[in-house]
Amino acid sequence: MDIKKLAETLTPLEIKILPVLKKYTSFSDIKDKSGIGEVEASRALKFLKNKELISVEEIDKEAIFLGENGKKYLKTGLPEKRLLEIIKDESMSLEEIKFSTTLDKDEINVSIGVLKRKAALDIFKKGNTLILKINDNGRKLLKKEMLEEQFLSKKFPIEATSLTDEERFAYDEFKKRKGIVKKENIKEKTIFLTPTGKKLAASKLSSNVVDKLTSSMLKTGSWKGNRFRRFDIKTKVPQVFGGKRHFMNEATEYVKKIWLELGFKEMTGGIVQTSFWNFDALFTAQDHPIRDLQDTFFLKNSKGKLPSKEVVSRVKKTHETGWTTGSKGWEYKWDPEEARRNVLRTHTTALSAKTISTLKQDELPAKYFSVGKCFRNETIDWSHLFEFNQVEGIVVDPDANFRHLIGYLKEFYHKMGYKDVRVRPAYFPYTEPSAEVDVLDPIHNEWIELGGCGIFRPEVVKPLLGKDIPVLAWGLGFARIVPKYYDIKDLRDLYKNDIKMLRGVKTWLK
Amino acid sequence: MPTVTLNRKVFENLVGKKISDNELKDRISMIGTDLESLDKNEIVVEIFPNRPDMLSEQGFGRALSSFMDIKTGLKRFEVKPSGDKVIIDKSVKNIRPYTTCAIVKGLKFTDEKIRELIQIQEKLDVTFCRKRKKAAIGIYPFEKIKTPIRYLALKPEDIKFIPLESKEIMNANQILIKHPTGRKYGHLLEGLKLYPVFIDANNEVLSVPPIINSDNTGRITENTTDVFIECSGFDFKVLNDLLNIIVTALEEMGGKIYSMELVYPEKKRTTPILEPRKMKIKTSYVNKILGLDLKEKEIKKLLERMGFGYNKENVLIPPYRSDILHEIDLVEDISIAYGYENLKPEIPNIATIGVEDGFSKFKNKISNILVGLKLLETNTYHISNKQDQANKMELNIKPIELENALTIEYDVMRSWMVPSLLGVLSTNKHNEYSQNLFESGIVFKKGGSETGVEEFTRLAVVTTHKDTNFTEVKQILDYLLNGVGLKAEIQDTEHPSFIPGRVGRVSVNGKNVAYIGELSPKVLSNWGIEMPVSCFELNLTELYKLIEK
Repeated sequence: MDIKKLAETLTPLEIKILPVLKKYTSFSDIKDKSGIGEVEASRALKFLKNKELISVEEIDKEAIFLGENGKKYLKTGLPEKRLLEIIKDESMSLEEIKFSTTLDKDEINVSIGVLKRKAALDIFKKGNTLILKINDNGRKLLKKEMLEEQFLSKKFPIEATSLTDEERFAYDEFKKRKGIVKKENIKEKTIFLTPTGKKLAASKLSSNVVDKLTSSMLKTGSWKGNRFRRFDIKTKVPQVFGGKRHFMNEATEYVKKIWLELGFKEMTGGIVQTSFWNFDALFTAQDHPIRDLQDTFFLKNSKGKLPSKEVVSRVKKTHETGWTTGSKGWEYKWDPEEARRNVLRTHTTALSAKTISTLKQDELPAKYFSVGKCFRNETIDWSHLFEFNQVEGIVVDPDANFRHLIGYLKEFYHKMGYKDVRVRPAYFPYTEPSAEVDVLDPIHNEWIELGGCGIFRPEVVKPLLGKDIPVLAWGLGFARIVPKYYDIKDLRDLYKNDIKMLRGVKTWLK
Repeated sequence: MPTVTLNRKVFENLVGKKISDNELKDRISMIGTDLESLDKNEIVVEIFPNRPDMLSEQGFGRALSSFMDIKTGLKRFEVKPSGDKVIIDKSVKNIRPYTTCAIVKGLKFTDEKIRELIQIQEKLDVTFCRKRKKAAIGIYPFEKIKTPIRYLALKPEDIKFIPLESKEIMNANQILIKHPTGRKYGHLLEGLKLYPVFIDANNEVLSVPPIINSDNTGRITENTTDVFIECSGFDFKVLNDLLNIIVTALEEMGGKIYSMELVYPEKKRTTPILEPRKMKIKTSYVNKILGLDLKEKEIKKLLERMGFGYNKENVLIPPYRSDILHEIDLVEDISIAYGYENLKPEIPNIATIGVEDGFSKFKNKISNILVGLKLLETNTYHISNKQDQANKMELNIKPIELENALTIEYDVMRSWMVPSLLGVLSTNKHNEYSQNLFESGIVFKKGGSETGVEEFTRLAVVTTHKDTNFTEVKQILDYLLNGVGLKAEIQDTEHPSFIPGRVGRVSVNGKNVAYIGELSPKVLSNWGIEMPVSCFELNLTELYKLIEK
């Protein structure tokens, strides 16, 4: 940047301080001579340094500072001097002295010690009490300024190596006493102008640049002919935080969008479901291990109502004998009480079952989806959560087939950003054929298992719909895709709600 | 899901050839099992619960070699009558009514084979037998037993024998208390006055099902060649299926199957029954479900690849495939034989219209309004605890409890949202303020018609910084409601979670929809929050109803 433009970047503080830098190099001098405060001076120097107009060298030094008492004595006078004042006209006992001064016990004792060494007092005993009396030396001392007093009134901090003999004497005296002086390491800054800085300091600096465009300047037109100060636009600015959706919800919204684009209708429904909808309607035998306490959350003392007698009786018969579905059934006695137990849905497939049971002939073909939370009785750790999202879908279509199912799912995962999708055989009590869907994670080159799908068994469809037609169905997870996208290793972080993370996380860019 | 560990050498012998790792990996996946691990000596495979017949080296080898076109088609099993009997006493009728039995002869047991046998039994125990709840298996060295065997029920104190892995004689009561297996399965006999027992013609106890065998007559050794097998439980068909899986596996091990006569009080039966079952299948049905155009001949070949027989629309199902309930199960096997990888994906050309749920849409719009106010959305669990929901909020409510929570930290369903957000604030004290958050989530209350639990979606908004106050959240609420064309009215109210005089009940069109206010310092200190919090909680389910009107 040329000198002229550079000059336009200077703030009023920098303009004030720049000429001073031609002559002075220490911070305290620069501050004093430029006549601005300490904070302003450091800020101005920081700006200049950012613009590479000055360079700063730092040297470690020992310096002497005034302590708490030192600062106090600078105002009130040294205690030994104050003691002398009290007894300058008459001799006094120690008790009398204590009574007539604000000096505390320690200060009185120290003062007596000091004055004794300076031979300014006579001390004698009268009975049990000590009597203090000023002598000639003392009176002389009262009139003149002691070395210690001279030292105290110096400008601190003082560099430790630069003390005169008198100062060193006073310093050594004070060192023996509490809180008057202290020695600390400081960094002394020496400030030099860089070649560009010198050029700039030598040029004529006008403080006539405008810092801020105001509304009144616009109203009056006074901005005309003015130059605006150039900003250092490369300087770092403080962060701001906007409002933001939770990243998991962003991903959910995206998933919903895909199914909407594919012509699916959204289904919603309760998290609490009777076992009937969660299991029985899905042809899951009542002794199936998923219905054990260690797998599924049950609500305490909580039973719901079963649907219409007709549906219940068909489901019962299907479990027991296969009813008219052409199946053997599970060949056991179905218990309606077991079906009434309320659970936290273990899959959104419960919603699919309910949807099928309300479908009418003229609504076919029908395509439904849902994205919702499901629950499994697990202890939370880095790879397990008791809540997870499921992407559910059904296609109820007399002409649907297994290849269509693979078609829909491949399309879905393509839209989720996975090129390679495969299906392989799997087992679920309510689908046949059943398949597991895997996608190839392109970064780690490994197949990730994402969920199950299949065609609902006739034992599921016929009792609910009244006739057996193919229903393509899937319940997919994406709790494994989202962490990969956000590079989250610990699943608990999905719902940890660390505000710093939520503020910083990138948006869902698919 | 159960895994089965296969000795690779034994397995390759069964299949009849060496197989490369890659081929194995691929074939194991595509037959419908999950490969867990694979090395020079061992293959560990996860078996889906519908295929208990694959829970042994023999069963798995049989299925895979057929799938790989090495030994295809229906396998027939020869059964010779043994002439030995099992007499079932009427005393077991209300206790453990059924047993199915068989003898397999000519087995040469080695350490390896004994391991295989134990594995079959253990895996079936956990899966098919539902941890012995549904059925139990006993396998005995036949040379130690004299037939006829009796199956009856006796008083536990009268059943005395040395159980497996023990040295002393115990009675059945003692076994249930002292023996580890007795303690593990004892609950299955709870409340019974008489315990089921198998006793041979020498009056030796063989076992107390479903608990444990006798050490004397119930332990297979390397000297054993013939074994007696019994399955016991509550359903004859289930037990027959179970017996079939075991004896067919033992046959693959080199044994010969012999049937036994079961003398039940009401009639005689003979097991095992290894005749293949017949099921009809229509080519058109297969093609309709799979979207293929297979000829009958091809279907026959595919079925044979899965170990079935086929003859003029009739499928012959081998006796170990009890999972075939319906024609559709055969269709799946055909598709596995065809290869899922060979099925061409297709999206049918049917017009349907995508429809987003109205309430989901509404909820989204609300969230977007709040994001515009620089609020940050959180996402918390539906399951909470009573401390958070009630005690810390200085509130006396009873949230809906879970029956089988694993921890007290998560044992009730949340009944409101503000505690969830306070939870978030309490773990974010080190992060920069302001912390202004919102979340719409489902809360749970008693009521509702179907489950007795009613679910509402509630929106909670919290503003947390040194200058927050009632005005701030009121402004947010007003802006929000204005954005959806509604207007709030606020009434003075009392609420233990809030500072008295700074809490309001919000109604819209006369319907109560929200609480709003500054949270009380007591509540904040309960949560360890050192910054004032203003908040409101708005019932979006109710609000949506008002808009729908």
